[in-house]
Amino acid sequence: MTFRPEHELHKRRFSRNLGLGLTLAAFVALVFALTVVKVKRGDPMQGFDHSYSPAMLPKEEAQP
Amino acid sequence: MSETSAYQGVTASAHEPGFGDYVQLLKPRVMSLVVFTALVGLLVAPVGLHPVEAFSAILFIALGAGASGALNMWWDADIDAVMKRTARRPVPAGKVQAGEALAVGLALSGISVVMLGLATNLMAAALLAFTIFFYAVVYSMWLKRTTPQNIVIGGAAGAFPPMIGWVCATGSVSVEAVLMFALIFMWTPPHFWALALFMKEDYHTAGVPMLTVTHGRKSTRVHILVYTLLLVPVAVGAALTSIGGPLTLAVAVALNAWFVIGAFRIWKRDEAMAEADKYAVEKAFFRFSLLYLFLHFAAFLAEAALKSAGIGGW
Repeated sequence: MTFRPEHELHKRRFSRNLGLGLTLAAFVALVFALTVVKVKRGDPMQGFDHSYSPAMLPKEEAQP
Repeated sequence: MSETSAYQGVTASAHEPGFGDYVQLLKPRVMSLVVFTALVGLLVAPVGLHPVEAFSAILFIALGAGASGALNMWWDADIDAVMKRTARRPVPAGKVQAGEALAVGLALSGISVVMLGLATNLMAAALLAFTIFFYAVVYSMWLKRTTPQNIVIGGAAGAFPPMIGWVCATGSVSVEAVLMFALIFMWTPPHFWALALFMKEDYHTAGVPMLTVTHGRKSTRVHILVYTLLLVPVAVGAALTSIGGPLTLAVAVALNAWFVIGAFRIWKRDEAMAEADKYAVEKAFFRFSLLYLFLHFAAFLAEAALKSAGIGGW
């Protein structure tokens, strides 16, 4: 059994794949960190979902 | 037998791009200036951001600037190929195909605008979207090849980052943000016209209507002086606002005095004098213009640091 020598193109593809992989991993980590920061601070996260959501109303209107 | 056919599974051309070639599409040197000015705009704002939000904001502003750089390389590949200064860029050098540059530019534009909006606020995202549109469409596609005032109007694209940084923190535009914008906007023409004076063959060969080509070199020297004089009240005015202080004012006065002297020396010279010393004055003015902008923004940052220590500001 013989091994084919690695072509220069393979090295270039590897560099591209590695770079893209690390970039995507960093992006995921950044989005996660941003989410943690915003949730911990209590930024409004609840969207309008066509159902009654007392938490989205001003205090006086939310009273039954 | 071709170079690649001996290897099973290797079917791409020998010019298949590496990761670094895509990074070069984003004009990393321009991005570094964008990062610095946007960071100053963000840090001198009266409202603070969480460090993660601030980091994200700067990252996505830089990514947006990079995206507009990629779009510019896609559109300008033909003139980049004939200019010495730009011939080694990835598209004219054959490392990346023009269509790929377009795809990278569009994808990163969308990602950067959406992510900036989510990380900070919608106004900052809208300003970033407008900046990308302005650089790619208004400057690259429209003005650059049609008017000698191309860099005067197009310079606005490079002037937006500190304003976007400020808006990321405050959510609104104020006089300080406008003056930081105006500082870069007014600085751009003399900076590029000085470059055009000693890189004359490049723009002429490419057919780009730089002022040096359309109105002559004497007129360009007059324009450099006029714009440098117009820059003075903007720079000194910025130092008198809430982001300024005694330090900023002293730096602004010193830098502008030096810049005006340089512009005056350029204005006094003719082509024979410039050829005789190989454009030494023009080259020195160009190099100083880079330092001028850097020191102005560094002064804003230093003033903010002094203010937080209770000794800076007005």
